[in-house]
Amino acid sequence: MSVFILPILFIFVFAYSYRKKVNTYQTFISGAKGAIPLAIDIFPYIATIMIAVSLLQLSGVTAFISNLLSPVFVMLGIPKELCEFIILRPFTGSGSLAIIKDIISTYGADSYITRSACCVMGCSETIFYVATVYTSQTKIKKLLYAIPIALFVSLVGAIVSCLLCKIM
Amino acid sequence: MNRIWFYMMIASLCVLLVKNPSSVVSEMISASSKSLTLCIELCGIYAIWMGFLELIDKSGLGEKLAKLLRPIIRKLFKTKDPEVEKLITLNISSNMLGLGNAATPSAIKAINKMDDGTGYATAGIIMLLVINASSLQLLPSTLISLRSSAGSTSAADIILPTLIASFITTALAIILTLICNKIREAKKK
Repeated sequence: MSVFILPILFIFVFAYSYRKKVNTYQTFISGAKGAIPLAIDIFPYIATIMIAVSLLQLSGVTAFISNLLSPVFVMLGIPKELCEFIILRPFTGSGSLAIIKDIISTYGADSYITRSACCVMGCSETIFYVATVYTSQTKIKKLLYAIPIALFVSLVGAIVSCLLCKIM
Repeated sequence: MNRIWFYMMIASLCVLLVKNPSSVVSEMISASSKSLTLCIELCGIYAIWMGFLELIDKSGLGEKLAKLLRPIIRKLFKTKDPEVEKLITLNISSNMLGLGNAATPSAIKAINKMDDGTGYATAGIIMLLVINASSLQLLPSTLISLRSSAGSTSAADIILPTLIASFITTALAIILTLICNKIREAKKK
């Protein structure tokens, strides 16, 4: 089903633009023109955060922190196998997808751990990535309560996911 | 962000100094070149979505969609700029389709327009950030395909729990942000 959504959307947009007598070719080009400056602008932000994340993982600091926090997580109903994954999730999308692949091959595709991990992944986002990249073209220095709220909510999401996967 | 990044770097560098000092630079280089590859990939993706965004914009489709969601957006984001309303609508609809990368350009444009130049994020910006930082995705297609390729017998059974969990997180995020926005306004006065 989902494979049809995007092609249908594309066809609809093209047909609609044609009917409204928009020059689709020129318009598409003028929009796509913005892609390179945008990619150049966000590159330093992505590189900076990815350097920090990869050093954290290499040094074992994330493993250490997740060991430290695992009693708390277990108390909240989150299995300790998911601790490192949940800690890294706000920082890196590709990194957490890689961990999910590990989890699937270690615990099996239909295990409780895997289903919970997928559920956590699906209901959360890369908070720090979003915060840095989205504000990268402004002079905003203070995000105030944006990040605390987002972190708290995704922790709640993780707890709810683990609970739901247990009962469903 | 400044402090978080600083602590991340200091902590891992100190540990690596003892554990494995020779790997530091090579790891940094590999991470940074990986992010360059990612950016090039993103650039290609953005070209497609920004082209489409322009089409949606110029054909008046964005306007129509924004009109539909206008009452909600005005309440949540405290904006009266029709351009911003349109961008936020596009951002939220692409998030729902699970197109995180397509959502990025419209969010960046909307935030640039909402910025008041004081260095502090405005209430609308915080709302947009928080909504984007809590997933809106309706169908976790990547995860389903990952599981089914690993031999899962019922790969799609995560859809319902994921949907419920996303709904709870997004609702909670919006409520908390609204409360904090109110408190902030009250403090200003």
